[in-house]
Amino acid sequence: MTTETQLKPEHHVEELERVTIRFAGDSGDGMQLTGTQFTRTAAVFGNDLATLPDFPAEIRAPAGSLPGVSGFQISFASTEIYTPGDRPDVLVAMNPAALKTNLGDLKPGGLLIVDKDEFEPTNLKKAAYESNPLEDGSLAGYQVVPISITRQNELALEGLPLSAKDKFRCRNFYALGLILWLYGRTLDTTIKWATEQFKRRPDILEANLRALRAGYNFGETTELFRVQYRVPPAKVPPGTYRHISGNEATALGFVAASVLSGLPLFYGSYPITPASDILHELSKLKNFGIKTFQAEDEIAAIGAAIGAAYGGHLGLTGTSGPGLALKSEALNLAVMTELPLVVIDVQRAGPSTGMPTKTEQADLLQAMFGRNGDSYVAIVAPCTPSDCFIMAIEAFRIALKHMVPVVFLSDGYLGNGSEPWRIPDISELPRIEWKYAEPQEGKFNPYLRDPKTLARPWAVPGQKGLEHRIGGLEKSGETGDISYDPRNHHEMTLARKAKVDRIVEDIPLLQVTGPEEGDLLVLGWGGTYGSITSACENARKRGLSVASAHLRYLNPFPANLPDVLKRYKKVLIPELNTGQLALLIRGRYLVDAISFNKISGQPFKIAEIEGKIDEVLGLRDEYVLEFTRSAGVSGG
Amino acid sequence: MTAPTASNDGLISPDLPVLTRKDFVTDQEVRWCPGCGDYSILAQMQKMLPELGIARENIVFISGIGCSSRFPYYVNTYGFHSIHGRAPTIATGLKTARPELTVFVITGDGDGLSIGGNHLLHAMRRNIDLNIILFNNRIYGLTKGQYSPTSEFGKITKSSPYGTTERPLNPIRIALAAGATFVARAVDRDTKHLEEMLYRAAKHRGVSFVEVYQNCNIFNDGAFAAFAEKEVRAERMIYLEHGKPLRFGKNNEHGIRLNGFTPEIVENAESDDGLLVHDAHAENITLANILVGMDYPDFPVPVGVFRDVDAPTFDQLVQQQVDEAIAKGRGSLEDALRAGETWVVE
Repeated sequence: MTTETQLKPEHHVEELERVTIRFAGDSGDGMQLTGTQFTRTAAVFGNDLATLPDFPAEIRAPAGSLPGVSGFQISFASTEIYTPGDRPDVLVAMNPAALKTNLGDLKPGGLLIVDKDEFEPTNLKKAAYESNPLEDGSLAGYQVVPISITRQNELALEGLPLSAKDKFRCRNFYALGLILWLYGRTLDTTIKWATEQFKRRPDILEANLRALRAGYNFGETTELFRVQYRVPPAKVPPGTYRHISGNEATALGFVAASVLSGLPLFYGSYPITPASDILHELSKLKNFGIKTFQAEDEIAAIGAAIGAAYGGHLGLTGTSGPGLALKSEALNLAVMTELPLVVIDVQRAGPSTGMPTKTEQADLLQAMFGRNGDSYVAIVAPCTPSDCFIMAIEAFRIALKHMVPVVFLSDGYLGNGSEPWRIPDISELPRIEWKYAEPQEGKFNPYLRDPKTLARPWAVPGQKGLEHRIGGLEKSGETGDISYDPRNHHEMTLARKAKVDRIVEDIPLLQVTGPEEGDLLVLGWGGTYGSITSACENARKRGLSVASAHLRYLNPFPANLPDVLKRYKKVLIPELNTGQLALLIRGRYLVDAISFNKISGQPFKIAEIEGKIDEVLGLRDEYVLEFTRSAGVSGG
Repeated sequence: MTAPTASNDGLISPDLPVLTRKDFVTDQEVRWCPGCGDYSILAQMQKMLPELGIARENIVFISGIGCSSRFPYYVNTYGFHSIHGRAPTIATGLKTARPELTVFVITGDGDGLSIGGNHLLHAMRRNIDLNIILFNNRIYGLTKGQYSPTSEFGKITKSSPYGTTERPLNPIRIALAAGATFVARAVDRDTKHLEEMLYRAAKHRGVSFVEVYQNCNIFNDGAFAAFAEKEVRAERMIYLEHGKPLRFGKNNEHGIRLNGFTPEIVENAESDDGLLVHDAHAENITLANILVGMDYPDFPVPVGVFRDVDAPTFDQLVQQQVDEAIAKGRGSLEDALRAGETWVVE
């Protein structure tokens, strides 16, 4: 035995299929960064994973306070997974407030790592603890590992010419180093990132790396952990992978749409949570010929995008729900002028300002109907963070071919969530067809429709001989002039509707996972894909006849949807709203679909959907969402 | 077909045709009320456009909502009749995407200063190369006679039967405050001067703002008659000309001088000495601001170019950033997809 191994305690190594960790701390503690770094390491290692950042609305709520707690959950596995996990196996709590707000989610018996130095009277009081939970026995149901993170971090950074505050801010890297050790990961990915990130601040780099290594070494030398865990790489299709968030994938998808179509992209946007990252991403990519425009308001953002679309470029605007409300009049102008505009809505929770940093999928009806008159737009909705890439291309493919505005419904969970992504071959990507109007003799009619798609010709300024006038006033389908003719308005309204309906011939059929017919179909859309898919898989493992299908095209619906709906005895529609898709399905297909609703700002847990499945199949009493049980409100 | 861009635009024909006024007239019947000041503005515009030497297909008129905003239907170029107040936003997107186009924004006092006030401000502060023509008739005409943001205090209208209780905006002052690089005023009846102002606005590189006093003979008839009628014009209006002393009167006999920051009339000023000399090229807007404060009946109403300065335009700056980025190497989708850390699964 060497001296070294004598110093290091023996750690038993245990292999796990899946682990879910939540990092929680004050919003100034760098928990999002810690989570992201752990995620990158797990991704590069080859685990399948899904993440759920959960940050407060306040940029800096008072330090140590309950509203200031920021969390980041990652689930990583050696098998394919679809969600960031219902309940964490491990909770890292950097202060009492983080413990208080997150402990309820930790699995019974779960591993709880806390910075015990922060459990002092002031912080305990801010977190409304009457006694120290580390001492009063209230944590008996968990494996508590109290570590002196603050103090040890200080010791590790001793002698560095940094302020106490700057040193304190390195604690998250100490915690990160410890967790990386615990799961048998190397520090390489984080060191590489930090070296690049802090290349102009060698002092900060040195401090962070010291903290990181100190945390890692502590894990190796301490006897607090008896077990070190291994989560082997997942078996996933071969290819080159990267880690990507939904908003990144959205931005890249629109870049791809520009490259694939050969049309320059114009992005008009006004800063709004949780969509701003798309503006940040696209504004970096000027070498793709992309022009971004931070407008004076939401209306100007869409107005400018309409102007660009009118000019023959890819007109794109992006926002969240309140912004979509502001854009609705201008969106209707694009409906009326039949321009190929795409509107991104990264949905967030609640009406009005609501809960900007929380997720919801409650803008479906706004996208579908939220405008004056009979107004039809196409709607697409990605179902995972990486799916945002493909659906962004799809949005412009549809908009350009059919000369119609398209709403792209993402949400906060998809936008901020992330997963590994097999980078597609460019040759695999959808083709984007478009053409400008053909030159012609005589007066040009901007509403002379393509007989197949009903798309009008896209005549853009600069095209000689095609000078014409369009606008919000109803136009004659025959001449393009203003028309108040009753028959014309009737026909133009029906043509605008039929134009959207005919997109059905141009979109894929709805795919069903599970039995082709059976007792129950669970139908979803948007960011609930992961929870629904996992819940249905689990149900089938339990021998139940349950299929799932996920709508990525919401207007028009895929052609086979009515047929799919008929093949199951019951249809369950879980949504993070009060039943918007259910209303459409019931109204359009006269199917007695059962709506299951959660409006908490949080995504569905797998167990919640499984609970509802069991109820619908008569295997249990009424299922009620856990968080509503004590409050006595119905979960739908 | 390739997409039009500023640097590679296959759409713009190299040889400019010789155009006449008729080339800019559409087949649409003009539907403003007989006697409306809009007719004159349309006529001067159609007369002026051929002088620009720009092919018809490269000119775009974008309007909002209101009587004035019907304008694009009557001009045979590309035209977009948009929604209330938002014309500057659509024009901004179009001009930013396609800087090679000549873009006019047609708006009114309600459209541009009330519902669309925000957009007008920002288009002007950005100095985007648009030609914004604001028809100011100090009334809501299309909705049949409510007061507008430029209606004089106490004005009796359909929506203010006891007189308005709000003070008006001065459009020129707003334009100056927002940093517009070309700011002018004209009157519908003074056709030659109006045509000149439209021409100079179109020629200016950067945002041009022209306020046109326009008579609504149905709901606000004679709003400007007291000073704009031909017989009294010389006495009651003053034509600003860069580098020249401010003079007015039938024989240009009166002048304007400054007493501190206050203008005063010098009747029968024999010499130019001491008279205020107009400087439209001044970066500082103090002088222009003093001039815009002059109003009838205390002063002759100033018309002409208040401000005409050079500054980089928004559309060019945006294009420049794109061009510079592309010069360093056009983006590769392949590389963008593989940005950051990647790993290979065999």
